[in-house]
Amino acid sequence: MESQLHSSDSSGNSSEDEIQREKRFEERIHFGERIEPKDWMPERYRSQLIRMISQHAHSEVIGMYPERNWITRAPTLRRKLGLLAKVQDECGHGLYLYCAAETLGVDRNDLTEKLLSGKAKYASIFNYPTLSWADIGVIGWLVDGAAIINQTPLAKCSYGPYSRAMIHICKEESFHLKQGFEIVTTLAKGTSVQKKMVQESVNRWWWPVLMMFGPSDKESLNSEELMRWRVKLHSNDSLRQRFVNGSVAQAKAVELTLPDPELRYNEETGNWDFGSIDWDEFWQVVKGHGPCNRDRMDLFHKKHKEGRWVREAAHAYASRHPVN
Amino acid sequence: MVKVTSTETETHMPLWEVFSQEKTGKPHTHVGSLHAPDATMALQNARDSYARRGSTNLWVVPAEAIVASTPEDSPMFFDSAEDKVYRHPQFYTIPRSVKL
Repeated sequence: MESQLHSSDSSGNSSEDEIQREKRFEERIHFGERIEPKDWMPERYRSQLIRMISQHAHSEVIGMYPERNWITRAPTLRRKLGLLAKVQDECGHGLYLYCAAETLGVDRNDLTEKLLSGKAKYASIFNYPTLSWADIGVIGWLVDGAAIINQTPLAKCSYGPYSRAMIHICKEESFHLKQGFEIVTTLAKGTSVQKKMVQESVNRWWWPVLMMFGPSDKESLNSEELMRWRVKLHSNDSLRQRFVNGSVAQAKAVELTLPDPELRYNEETGNWDFGSIDWDEFWQVVKGHGPCNRDRMDLFHKKHKEGRWVREAAHAYASRHPVN
Repeated sequence: MVKVTSTETETHMPLWEVFSQEKTGKPHTHVGSLHAPDATMALQNARDSYARRGSTNLWVVPAEAIVASTPEDSPMFFDSAEDKVYRHPQFYTIPRSVKL
């Protein structure tokens, strides 16, 4: 079962055993077997997964904030319903992922504590502001589109609970993508003011979205090990390229331009070559100096505090009404 | 193993496993888990978390009530199934002309 903590522990075993176990573990991965919570796994595999899954969960939670901004100002009831459902999905994705992380022996309260204290990271894209309604469309199209390209391979990753959570998540993300593109299409075909608004939004989001795939392969410290363990199945750069290739045609279909003068089709590779990414900006945002880092954390603290009475009330009720 | 602790302000809520039946007549399958203080809230949270796009029935089971076989014992535990070929229809021969 997902929930039952692993029982294997490396203590008391000789290093000979350890080497054998590790070898057997790598073989299982090589043959495409899934690793389940109670199976033996190297401590490093466990800690890397905890880091990845919890970071992913935190991103879903903080990812609600930029969009939350526009729920009360959605232009129609149809748009409001769609946006509410989408934000609720993000919250649900956070839940699935925290549960997947817990199967590795961590406690969700501790993970939340790490986010509150600023020790844990979340996707840096959510540190950018949502300045216009068009941003809601562009987030659905580009941010969720990039997330889908990043996450679809994770549904096949070697850790069972993570892969199952990702299958669930990817199914729901496809609605997010479509609702976003519908907004973008509507604005792009609208008045000149609307068209200008959506183009301005694309211009602001394009480069930060390309950064979502993480540092270039040459700079990515964890990639090699994660790929060997099939936690990660494709390199950052190859996923980024796949995203660029797809986006060019989509932008063209709604007559929007992508803000990159160096964007050019490469006959030889069949890819769209693109300009260089400003990695200084990326690291600045990661280190906490993005436009909204402080706002996001302040709101998270506030909401955590405001929700405390709900958790306490639920406990008080449960203690008076024991199960069965 | 990472030590499980709870912070001063947050008390621990029990873990529940969620099983959903997608359509009537289909089996309940495991869809995930969640924390909730009691069965009623576990069921409500299960609906909000795991049945936002439909289900016909949900089960929530306290995780600690589940007894599972262990991976270490798996080979021996399931061993007896391996050599019993006579449990499969392919083991038996009947005249070619007969359709069963």
